[in-house]
Amino acid sequence: MANVQERIATLFPEATFEQGEWLLVNIPDAQWHTLAKTLKEDPALDFDYLVALVGMDWSDSFGIMAYLSSTATGRKISVKVATTDRTNPMIHSISDLWAVANLYEREVYDFFGIIFINHPDMRRLFLRNDWVGFPFRKDYDDSPNINPVRLEHEAVDDVTYSYVEQPDGSIVKEERTIFAPEDFVVNIGPQHPATHGVLRFRTAVDGETIKKIDLYLGYIHRGIEKLSEGLGYMQTLHFTDRLDYLSAQQNRHCLCLCIEKAMGIEAPRRAQVIRVMMDELMRISSHLLFMGTFCMDLGATTMLFYTLRERERILDIFERTCGARMTFNYNCIGGIMEDIDESFVADVKELLAIMPKALKEYDTVFTGNVIAQNRMKQVGVISKEDVISYGATGPVGRASGWACDVRKVTPYGIYSELEFDEITMTEGDSMARYLVRIEEIKQSCRILEQLVDNIPDGDICAKVPKIIKLPEGHWFQQVEASRGAFGVYLESHGEAKPWRLKFNSPCLNLAGLVPHVAEGNKIADLITIGGTFDYVVPDIDR
Amino acid sequence: MEVTTQGMSYADFKDNEHIESLVNELRANGTNVVVGSLDKLINWGRSNSIWPLTFATSCCGIEFIALGAARFDMARFGWEVARASPRQADFMMVAGTIVHRMAPVVRRLYEQLAEPKYVIACGGCAISGGPFKKSYHVVRGVGEIIPVDVYVPGCPPRPEAMIYGIMQLSRKIKVEKFFGGVNRQQKREEFFNALPVAKAIVKEGVEQEQGMEGK
Repeated sequence: MANVQERIATLFPEATFEQGEWLLVNIPDAQWHTLAKTLKEDPALDFDYLVALVGMDWSDSFGIMAYLSSTATGRKISVKVATTDRTNPMIHSISDLWAVANLYEREVYDFFGIIFINHPDMRRLFLRNDWVGFPFRKDYDDSPNINPVRLEHEAVDDVTYSYVEQPDGSIVKEERTIFAPEDFVVNIGPQHPATHGVLRFRTAVDGETIKKIDLYLGYIHRGIEKLSEGLGYMQTLHFTDRLDYLSAQQNRHCLCLCIEKAMGIEAPRRAQVIRVMMDELMRISSHLLFMGTFCMDLGATTMLFYTLRERERILDIFERTCGARMTFNYNCIGGIMEDIDESFVADVKELLAIMPKALKEYDTVFTGNVIAQNRMKQVGVISKEDVISYGATGPVGRASGWACDVRKVTPYGIYSELEFDEITMTEGDSMARYLVRIEEIKQSCRILEQLVDNIPDGDICAKVPKIIKLPEGHWFQQVEASRGAFGVYLESHGEAKPWRLKFNSPCLNLAGLVPHVAEGNKIADLITIGGTFDYVVPDIDR
Repeated sequence: MEVTTQGMSYADFKDNEHIESLVNELRANGTNVVVGSLDKLINWGRSNSIWPLTFATSCCGIEFIALGAARFDMARFGWEVARASPRQADFMMVAGTIVHRMAPVVRRLYEQLAEPKYVIACGGCAISGGPFKKSYHVVRGVGEIIPVDVYVPGCPPRPEAMIYGIMQLSRKIKVEKFFGGVNRQQKREEFFNALPVAKAIVKEGVEQEQGMEGK
């Protein structure tokens, strides 16, 4: 870490540093793009993965926090860029370096009104294009008179804007058209059975072939991050269950870990073991639902009934302990809410006994099917460079050969003590993404087998005060959710509620990758590609 | 008159008073034997095969999938024909949060449903905004923009609760007058006129539609 700092210090004398789990570099905006380019392209630094880009309002200034990581060495670094101009905040864009920054920066623009210089497409991302104000600014007026529920449809965007820096340093607003005049644009979504939720693609087609996709998000944007700023830490927890409801346990685990890290406490051993078991059960149930709905998208409806049969078993296990089938509210700050049900161990053992047989059955029903093979093999091939540039973690990244499992890269909880393999494949096509998930179910079963007889006795929750106040500072925590690396950024100004809570969801990155992969493919393949990405739309929109 | 459906006993239902009041309304209006019997026949058919629109925005939608699978199996009741197009569906289960950007879309889906159409607000978010009530971007209940027939509470409601909710809808259909009598269209207009947000769209609705198609 020290030599990274030295190297940056020699190249950028203006930079200041703060030590921490992620080394923090403060840099003025004028140097930001050059620094980002160096961080990415300098072989001694090699930070090729943009983990997160968090927009910030520090009340006297706006800015961004960028989290970068190196896929080769696992080194981590964060960069803080601030601007004190509150009327017309501008920061240089890094969307030419990391493809995922395109959506990240549009999100920051949408929430904070920070304009990114040289960004090719400075449109709002989640909110309507006639929305007034920027909701995440601390001085935002959320009166319903300013932004009432509008029932007229918003105007269709035909053009977008780019703020281009001229050689003399001035900024010129340029108009860009989204589709060419001769393009034939078909609308897919937001109400469409194959988009898995309310996602909208404006698709330019040439016959059956997709020429370009314009992604529309925000049809389920609930403003969870902004809501959290008005709530106590305990109260923010339940939102995580409703982000990606198929990774409810992992998401909540992540936020709890982040708050525990800030408080400087650790959950008791028993709670840690149970948390990991719940995470893995959740992962199995999520992948089972993926198999069901994905096969249904391809026309194999029967498969849904097979996979949901096993999923119901897992939901029963959850229900006996957590009292709910979906939004569990199980993890809490310092441990878990309630001890496991007395039938938990027996139930898990029963599940482990039937899973190998069930997986074999799925293979017989679907995987070996000729039609299924033809529809998946060599469809939607993604290279390793692309998944890293788009930050597509989880089974999608691993199917393209990127070993990005957070449980292995930066182990949390008790994962470092467990024996399991990280499944990676090199094909990068839809078949690989499907197979990775099946193999991951097997690995999750393996983890459960190691733990089911070894749940230690003891407390289930550490002692925490009724009202939690965190010290000043900021923290970042990641876990491996069912769909990839889920991150939480937390900034506290010493109060009983967070100053900024940002959920860095894996599904936004996956959605951003769809237009890139689908271009040149057939419309029917868009359904396959979207299905294997398995994004959950409320997790994209938050 | 004991209105019941799908073999569930009358005493097991809640909100029997509301159904009673609908029955009394029917009686007070009076009807002749032929039309009344035809009504009964048609209502019997309609109440036993109501087709849902597959419409889900979030968590409740996953429970709706579970409702369709073998364990809860809504095919037992004749509801399994989930349609992807609103034009072929009888009712719309609003499963999940409705946000500002989605509101016009929900409204349009509702307009596209073929008559007679019904709405079930499923889950806390669709009823009142649920845990996101205070958000700047959430509609505080789908009842603000379209008329709702049945509310199913829960976060998300269990599949059993959804079954019960659809049964209640089926009971409501049974006590409807199909020929003459209650004019649903007129009632709907009254609903839209009473709502300031919805009113605006009724007035300029025609121009809006044309404007959108033009683009």
